[in-house]
Amino acid sequence: MMGKILEARKALEKIQSGQTLMVGGFGLVGAPLTLIDELTQLDVYNLTIISNNLGEAGKGLGILLRQGKIKKAIGSYFTSNREVGDAYNKGEIDIQLLPQGTFAESIRAGGAGLGGYYTRTGVDTELSKGKEIREINGVRYLFEPALTADVALIKAHKADKLGNLTYYKTGRNFNPIMATAAKYVIAEVDEIVDTGALSPEEIVTPHLFVNAIVLSKKILTKEGVVTR
Amino acid sequence: MSDEVLTAKELIAKRAASELKENHVVNLGIGIPTLVAKYVQSDSIFFHTENGLLGVKELSDESEYDPFRVNAGKLPVGEMLGASYFDSATSFAMIRGSHVDVAILGTLQVDEEGLIANWAVPGKNIMGVGGAMDLLVGAKKIIVTTFHTNKSGESKLVKKCTYPITSIRKVDMIITELAVFERKNEEWHLIEVMPNATFQQVMDHTEFSFKVDESLTQFDKGLLR
Repeated sequence: MMGKILEARKALEKIQSGQTLMVGGFGLVGAPLTLIDELTQLDVYNLTIISNNLGEAGKGLGILLRQGKIKKAIGSYFTSNREVGDAYNKGEIDIQLLPQGTFAESIRAGGAGLGGYYTRTGVDTELSKGKEIREINGVRYLFEPALTADVALIKAHKADKLGNLTYYKTGRNFNPIMATAAKYVIAEVDEIVDTGALSPEEIVTPHLFVNAIVLSKKILTKEGVVTR
Repeated sequence: MSDEVLTAKELIAKRAASELKENHVVNLGIGIPTLVAKYVQSDSIFFHTENGLLGVKELSDESEYDPFRVNAGKLPVGEMLGASYFDSATSFAMIRGSHVDVAILGTLQVDEEGLIANWAVPGKNIMGVGGAMDLLVGAKKIIVTTFHTNKSGESKLVKKCTYPITSIRKVDMIITELAVFERKNEEWHLIEVMPNATFQQVMDHTEFSFKVDESLTQFDKGLLR
């Protein structure tokens, strides 16, 4: 049962140019820092990145942006990396901005096998342009299609050898839903434990969602990001 | 503590805190709203942060600091007894599904109709929206905390928003360093003039029309003549 535990580079071999990737994290918190770092070493281009933000200028996913590997970004808050706006102005990348709750629910819907859903969020704002509006019980909703990806790079706290996952504090954020919404899911974790060491009650992501487990080498600490 | 002079921001935050009641679930936006928690003593008011924590508490000391525990502004926070963590879809189900009682938000503009614009500036790239639009449609009560005017001295309490609106949902209350307005019967009512402010200042710096509430406190009636 050791089949899912891989080195980062080996796990990322699945990724090809032109694919759509989901990347977990709210800023650096809960971001798969080791996998992102390894991704910047790969020769893949024209990626569509589904992630709440695109790191910071020259940091995290911000490195991929500088490398010109991103074709399109889908997220809710790119303000934290000013280079995203510059790249957009130069026509280098396409941006799809979604309200954060819509972003999360679209991923959840994708993972749950739904085509989309109706939400009140964003009705009659700049972000509803071109979207289908439908009145349900006298309330106006807009249609949002689900999001799915070829590969998801997520960050969990502990994995057992089957790939069951637990999370740590606000590092959970988008990770459990992204684990459900991609064809191939790579979970970077702080610790790998024997199967049975996690209580069935504490497992948030059951192993059937997880294809590969990678032990974290870059970790967020009180002193910042360190390599172990 | 009581002898300390509050800054304008602290004054706004303290006034907003007085709106919160026992058992309220409250979401605080970035900026002035974040300060509100400082003025809440009750342990049965529960702060929610959209990145996945119910039961946010101020950090009491350095030893509590954990880089994996942050609020929506990415600032480190603590957790109270009975706190819980959840994923982002669950967090926004709480917001959109009207399980959050009060959202306290900052704004760029708020207008006569009660609409706010707090996420984008015309002529600039729109690069972020975060959870603002979801909070507007979902929270039971929306309190706007803001300076009365912007950096150029123009009123943020405008006739009609010229910046892109956040939602078609109208907000319920505005608290600034000069005044408190409450929305009643589709109109803004001035219900308080803040300490150290005058009615004349409120008149001079408010662009939208409002009614003067009968219950208005700290109000110099002579100025009406």
